[in-house]
Amino acid sequence: MLSIKNLHASIEGKEILKGINLEVKPGEVHAIMGPNGSGKSTLASVLAGREDYEVSSGEISFNGKDLLELEADERAKEGVFLAFQYPIEIPGVTTTNFMKTALNKIREHKGLEPLDAVSFLGMMKEKMKLVEIDQALLSRSLNEGFSGGEKKRNEIFQMAMLEPTLSILDETDSGLDIDALRIVANGVNKLKNDDNATIVVTHYQRLLDYIVPDFVHVLFNGKIVKTGGKELAHELEAKGYDWIKEEASIA
Amino acid sequence: MSKLIKEDIDKFFIGQFEAFENSLNGESKKPLHAKRKQAIDNFKALGFPHAKHEEYKYSNIAKIFGKLFNVENLSDDSFSLSLDEASKYFIPELDAIRLVFVNGVLDNKLSDMDTLPKGVHIQAIKTAADDYAEDFEKHFNTHEIEGADNFSELNTAFTNGGIFVKIDANAVVETPIACYYFNDAKNADVISQPRNLVIAEKNSQASLIESYVTLGENTSFTNAVTEIVVEDDSIFNYYKYQNESNQAIQVGATMVHQLGKSVFNGVTLSLNGAMLRNNLNIAIHKEHSETNMYGLYLLDGKTHVDNHTVVDHKVPNCESNEMYKGILDGQSRGIFNGKIFVRQDAQKTNAFQSNRNVVLSDDAEVDTKPQLEIWADDVQCSHGCTVGQLDTDQLFYLRARGIDKQTAKSMLLNAFASDVLSNIKIEAFRTLIENKINERL
Ligand SMILES: Nc1ncnc2c1ncn2[C@@H]1O[C@H](COP(=O)(O)OP(=O)(O)OP(=O)(O)O)[C@@H](O)[C@H]1O
Ligand SMILES: [Mg+2]
Repeated sequence: MLSIKNLHASIEGKEILKGINLEVKPGEVHAIMGPNGSGKSTLASVLAGREDYEVSSGEISFNGKDLLELEADERAKEGVFLAFQYPIEIPGVTTTNFMKTALNKIREHKGLEPLDAVSFLGMMKEKMKLVEIDQALLSRSLNEGFSGGEKKRNEIFQMAMLEPTLSILDETDSGLDIDALRIVANGVNKLKNDDNATIVVTHYQRLLDYIVPDFVHVLFNGKIVKTGGKELAHELEAKGYDWIKEEASIA
Repeated sequence: MSKLIKEDIDKFFIGQFEAFENSLNGESKKPLHAKRKQAIDNFKALGFPHAKHEEYKYSNIAKIFGKLFNVENLSDDSFSLSLDEASKYFIPELDAIRLVFVNGVLDNKLSDMDTLPKGVHIQAIKTAADDYAEDFEKHFNTHEIEGADNFSELNTAFTNGGIFVKIDANAVVETPIACYYFNDAKNADVISQPRNLVIAEKNSQASLIESYVTLGENTSFTNAVTEIVVEDDSIFNYYKYQNESNQAIQVGATMVHQLGKSVFNGVTLSLNGAMLRNNLNIAIHKEHSETNMYGLYLLDGKTHVDNHTVVDHKVPNCESNEMYKGILDGQSRGIFNGKIFVRQDAQKTNAFQSNRNVVLSDDAEVDTKPQLEIWADDVQCSHGCTVGQLDTDQLFYLRARGIDKQTAKSMLLNAFASDVLSNIKIEAFRTLIENKINERL
């Protein structure tokens, strides 16, 4: 589904990603871990099509399409979804209105009719239940004055609404209390099927107790320096990153 | 046609005044004419404000008038505006007391004021000077106000075609009064100088809309003054809407005298024109009054819009709120100058002001200047102005959800404008403005 080959990307002349390789197949869950500043969010942003980053070399293909050729909104229409580490506040735009616009743009791309008001509301209700988010929150301005946890929940709500094929969750667990973490993870799991895939960026093993990864990758200094199964996350939790850094510097 | 310089323009208007005076029969002894003569004398002292005039530094009306206006091709008083044509510019679905002006003069045939709601009096300002002599003497051009300038003097000198409106005490008027000012510039250049006096008596409520349109490709120069007197326990809502032609030059002063404990709400919406200068001058004379001023300018092309506002807190315990927002594209230019006076007696004043601008192109320009003069010590005042671009993080967030760039931009700009538009309390009017904005964005 997703194939990243030797991806190099920089911002303001500073190279952040220094040769990333990653293969993701339908039905898989990949976890990306790594110390602060290693480039996890940069990778997520480059995948989502943020224009501030310059991709100097490498390839990203997504379901046979050259992702780097597509604009951010075209990628979303193709099924790429980024749950932001820091969701943006947009005063004056309600979540409801935002979702209606987004959903209908994506439907239009797929050749579907726009959803009528009744079906849209029905869908909203169903997905709201999934992440246990309050109706009142959704009629407010997008993320404005939301608590950290509410913002994260709203991201997963949007994911549920848009039904992407590739979801990239950038530290969706940070800022969530244990109940919220369970609810969010539960939501993600319910949305999982054989045709879609998830990339989970996290610092904590505890999320991976709920969303069980098929692969765990360690990103360090712009490269994936180690890949393993879910036990690698436990090892990192116990030992920290120093041994990885040592291994990487020896190699 | 050679370009006129300021001295030519002064001479031209003085000549116009003489011609106007000669056309008046038997009026020259009346009190109104004494006011006109006083005003033209005042005007003569300094003439047309030009760029050296501090308040017109960014908006050189004399220069653009000299450049665009051809005094040899001046419209005579004949015009042929049909109701059909005029109605295209009426606010759709609006139930209103409709007043139509052509070239600054009230046109009874195009207006719809046969059955006025109870407590509403409207008539031509000329006759009102006789019929409502007492009100006239008390309120017409008698209240001094900060921000009045030589354009106001010029307007007073030509007082002729405007209207007098009186809302009786205790009248709650649901139906708004909608004034449509048409300049007929189809065959020639045109000058209009409507002058209105509105009196909202005690405990009344009313709304006034003023909308300006120039028809045709020739140049129009509008120099309008509307004086509004608001008495005790009244609420007055005022809307100004400018979607003018590219050849329209306009100076408009709205002078609000909050003589009583009252609420005044003003919304100014500017969409197009050559150069539009809005002077909103408000004086608060009585304690526990409230003043709200909102504005939106959505500009492109070469449109130049200058909002000068003054709110003069003369007494304690009043509140003023001001929020102006600008969206500028093309080579447009936006100017905001917001003066707040808090006089020594005006303790416990709350005054808030903000001016925010989004600039969409490299060639558009904004000048914004808050001017606070505070003489009292126990006050709460704040002001802020920003000039920026669309927020790229917000744009990316919307686009990351499948919303294309154009739609995302339009959503953000609509959101930006929304807290001004939400203050348009007349639904049909708000819908029109929202549609105009959507067409543009
Ligand atoms: N606009 C920018 N200009 C310069 N450097 C930047 C910019 N944005 C990010 N960086 C740098 O890129 C590096 C990678 O940042 P990134 O946000 O991808 O890290 P991360 O792995 O997500 O970290 P964290 O775990 O803290 O979220 C950091 O050193 C950061 O300072
Ligand atoms: Mg990060």
